[in-house]
Amino acid sequence: MSFTVSKQADVTVVEVEGQLIVGNRQDLKQKVLDEVEKGAKKILIDFARTGYIDSSGLGVLVSLSKRIRDSGGELRLANLHDELQTLFELTKLDTLFQISKTRETALESF
Amino acid sequence: MALGESLDFRIPSDVQYIEGIVGQVVQRCQERAFSRRHLALNLPVALTEALSNAILRGNGDVRTRAVTLRIQIDDTQLVAEVRDEGDGFDLARCTEDATLPENLGREDGRGLFLMDKLMDRVERFTDGGNVVRLVLIRA
Repeated sequence: MSFTVSKQADVTVVEVEGQLIVGNRQDLKQKVLDEVEKGAKKILIDFARTGYIDSSGLGVLVSLSKRIRDSGGELRLANLHDELQTLFELTKLDTLFQISKTRETALESF
Repeated sequence: MALGESLDFRIPSDVQYIEGIVGQVVQRCQERAFSRRHLALNLPVALTEALSNAILRGNGDVRTRAVTLRIQIDDTQLVAEVRDEGDGFDLARCTEDATLPENLGREDGRGLFLMDKLMDRVERFTDGGNVVRLVLIRA
C-alpha cells in the first residue's frame, strides 16, 4: 500500500494504492493531517487504485472528514469501484461523504 | 466436483500479518471461481475484521499471544475459523447497527456489523480458545 499526494490547482489530491486497512490507516491519517497543517482546505481522496477498505479505514475517513471540516476545509472522495461503492452504501457512509465518479467531476465540485 | 482443501495459519498478535494472509485466502477462492464481489469485498473485508478483532480485542494487542486461522474451502463454500486467546464476547450484544443516525459519525463500531453483512453466517463459540467462524456460500 502507498499514498501519493499531489496538487491540482488549489485541491490536494491523495491517491490510495492497495488496501486501506487496520495495518496502515494511521499512515493515511497522518499524511492528510500533515497537508491540513500546511494549510490545505480542499482535499480529495482518489480510490482509483484502491483494493478494499476495512472498518478501520472507514473510521479514519470519518475522522479526517470531521477534522478537515473543523479546520474550515472540505473532504471529497472519488473513483470508488463497484465493491467500494457497495461498502459505502452498506454502512450508509455514502450519505456522509460527497462522492464523485471521477477525479475530474470531484475537482469541479469544489 | 473438486475436493476441498484446508489452510492453517498461526501468527503473533500483529496486524501487519493480516493483509498477506487475506491475500492467500482470496487467491485460493479465486481458483475456485468465487464471484468478483466475494473476492473484492465480502471475503477480504470480513476476514480482515475477524483477524483484527482477534488481535486487538481478543488478544489485547499483546504480541506474544497467538491468533490461529483455519480455512476450509470447497466448490460450495468457504469456512474460516479465527481463534484467539481472549475470553470471548457476546456476538449479538456487541454487534451494533452502524447505519443508525447516532452511529453514522462514529469512527469505530463497524467491524462486527460488516462481518454480519458480508458473510452468510457468523458464529462465536469457545473451543480451547475464543473462536469466530465465518461462512461464505459461493454464489
